[in-house]
Amino acid sequence: MSYSDSDSKTVDPKRRRMLVASTAGVGVVGAAAFAAPLLASWMPSARALNAGAPVDVNISKIEPGQLLRVIWQGKPVWIVSRSQEMLDALESNEKLLADPNCSVTAQQPEYARNATRSRKPEILVTVGICTHLGCSPTYIPDFGDASMGADWKGGFYCPCHGSRFDMSGRVFKNVPAPTNLLVPPYYYKSDDLILVGESGGKA
Amino acid sequence: MAAKEKSELNGVLGWVDERFPLMETWKAHMSEYYAPKNFNVWYYFGVLAMVVLVIQIVSGIFLTMHYKPDTELAFASVEYIMRDVPGGWFIRYMHATGASAFFVVVYFHMFRGVMYGSYKGKRELIWLVGMVIYLALMAEAFMGYLLPWGQMSFWGAQVIINLFQTIPFIGDGLSLFIRGDFVIGDATLNRLFAFHVAAVPLVLVGLVFVHIVALHTVGSNNPDGVEIKKLKDDKGVPLDGIPFHPYYTVHDIPAIVVFLMVFFAVLFFVPEMSGYFLEYANFEPANPLKTPEHIAPVWYFTPFYTVLRAVTLSPFMGTLAMFGAIACLFALPFLDRNPIKSWRYRTTAHMLNLAIFAAVFIILGYLGVKSVSPEYKEMGVRMTEIYFMFFAVIFIHSKANASRYITGFIVLMIAIILIDVIRYNGEDPITAAQIKWQWIWPVGYLALTLLIPAFVKSWNTEGTVPERVTYEH
Ligand code: HEM
Ligand code: FES
Repeated sequence: MSYSDSDSKTVDPKRRRMLVASTAGVGVVGAAAFAAPLLASWMPSARALNAGAPVDVNISKIEPGQLLRVIWQGKPVWIVSRSQEMLDALESNEKLLADPNCSVTAQQPEYARNATRSRKPEILVTVGICTHLGCSPTYIPDFGDASMGADWKGGFYCPCHGSRFDMSGRVFKNVPAPTNLLVPPYYYKSDDLILVGESGGKA
Repeated sequence: MAAKEKSELNGVLGWVDERFPLMETWKAHMSEYYAPKNFNVWYYFGVLAMVVLVIQIVSGIFLTMHYKPDTELAFASVEYIMRDVPGGWFIRYMHATGASAFFVVVYFHMFRGVMYGSYKGKRELIWLVGMVIYLALMAEAFMGYLLPWGQMSFWGAQVIINLFQTIPFIGDGLSLFIRGDFVIGDATLNRLFAFHVAAVPLVLVGLVFVHIVALHTVGSNNPDGVEIKKLKDDKGVPLDGIPFHPYYTVHDIPAIVVFLMVFFAVLFFVPEMSGYFLEYANFEPANPLKTPEHIAPVWYFTPFYTVLRAVTLSPFMGTLAMFGAIACLFALPFLDRNPIKSWRYRTTAHMLNLAIFAAVFIILGYLGVKSVSPEYKEMGVRMTEIYFMFFAVIFIHSKANASRYITGFIVLMIAIILIDVIRYNGEDPITAAQIKWQWIWPVGYLALTLLIPAFVKSWNTEGTVPERVTYEH
């Protein structure tokens, strides 16, 4: 800092520096106090926080190979009925999968940590959101589908960046998605009725 | 800016000039701003960018008078603008075509800067401000695209906002903070609307102002990269300079007219540009249950989108690569340390580097609109490698020195081989085969820009920059 001659007679530089620093300090606190409520207004409102109750799904009419979509917590959840052929083919994919044995535990409840990633082998329940950046993959059930190649044993293809998942929602290697699709908590209220969103009393 | 006792102007203007630096500003930026006399067509794009900025602001204000930022109403309000508001289709197409035109113009403008080394000689700040403008422009375009609340709006925003979710530790909180809800919804639409119509345009206008002030402080570069302020006449006017007004103001008008002819031809005859300016999937309202089967961002984002898809190590690495691809551009003035500005007087190796970079950027953009097949996927990886190596090579080219080239060649080759070793998986024969043959691209690139120039003298000879600008007529 430099002062003109007339200043140097009356100005005490130490005192001025202290005053500048303390005013600046108070200013910063004031600015933060102003910004805090503005930024806080960005967080989800009470209304948004309340959404997200569990949903009932009736599966009595589902056919083998069919996929049902329901909404849970604003996200698509798929209920897929797998044919015997699809279940038999699961094993042949395993060498090409990134996590065939569900070692990433956060991606499914304990009761779905198996090759079919489900409570009952035929019925897959999974959140239909790609674990890469959140698109909803396309269901491609046909074996050897023209666009997916001769080795395709049914599964899901994400149109956004090309991630692939098998019929258990397990992710293939060398695609952008890092983990298997998420299996939400669910349980069978009866043979025909699934509740998505809760694991039920006895998990 | 001392107040004047008596202005050289009369009447109202004189009255104002005695209270405001009217003449001073006019002289500094127009009638006594000396621009090099050898500007070529590449120098039109800055002015054209300003024209588009005005088009966007004006058409945007009028769209806002009819648009409704509400997930229940947004899609219908846009259809209402297109069908029922008198001339509404014209205003909307003007805004949509303007968005694409903005990027066309800015990409040319930026490449001009790279060719002529316009970020050198105290012009780094002009470039940096330009890059912030470019970022703000991308943010503005992304947020505008959400507003019609169509399928592409929704899923595009889903992907972009989830990019932030991939950041370790803070990602989940950050993306929640941006969305304002656990899923993209009304809260998201409303806040991005506020940014799109108020916050970002204000910032953009401010930045363009700073961009021009910085430019006029240092003075324009030119196709020869000659500093015109070095040689001045006895009045202090650069020998190779001409006053911006009237010379370039008049000179720019025909360019603006030609530009507007093209602009309105597109607007009237191909406003959707076969799905590149306005994507067909966006004519369907947003459906959070179903992603469209073919999804690609609008063309101006596709080069970076390909980079994102190419890096599959982890989602965060993909995000980093994508933002890194933009960040590298910021660093350009500090990487290219060669004192010669214009590529006219630099080595063939450097010219090739720039030409290949432009081609690779276009190929990356092309791949981004295609869905991923094994072949395209691998090509995306290879082009991404070249994209990033460009910045290393431009740094290596700072000195035209053969042994420097060879060292650079070896280091970059090792990097490529390492990446391939990590990726290679013999159990996946289709991908493995692609990795093998598409090796040719990065190796070819390094051979052309480093290896051959290290041995062939004529590829590595710098020219002499002339004293005065060269000028044909
Ligand atoms: C809203 C967008 C922009 C506007 C309105 C704008 C405007 C202008 C104008 C009017 C000029 C002087 C005329 C000319 O040289 O063409 C200029 C120069 C320049 N701009 Fe931009 N610009 C924009 C974006 C950018 C971007 C994104 C970059 C690069 C990152 C950039 C880098 C430069 C450079 C380096 C110069 C000096 C060129 C030279 O002297 O050779 N600008 N800009
Ligand atoms: S969102 Fe599915 S691959 Fe990126």
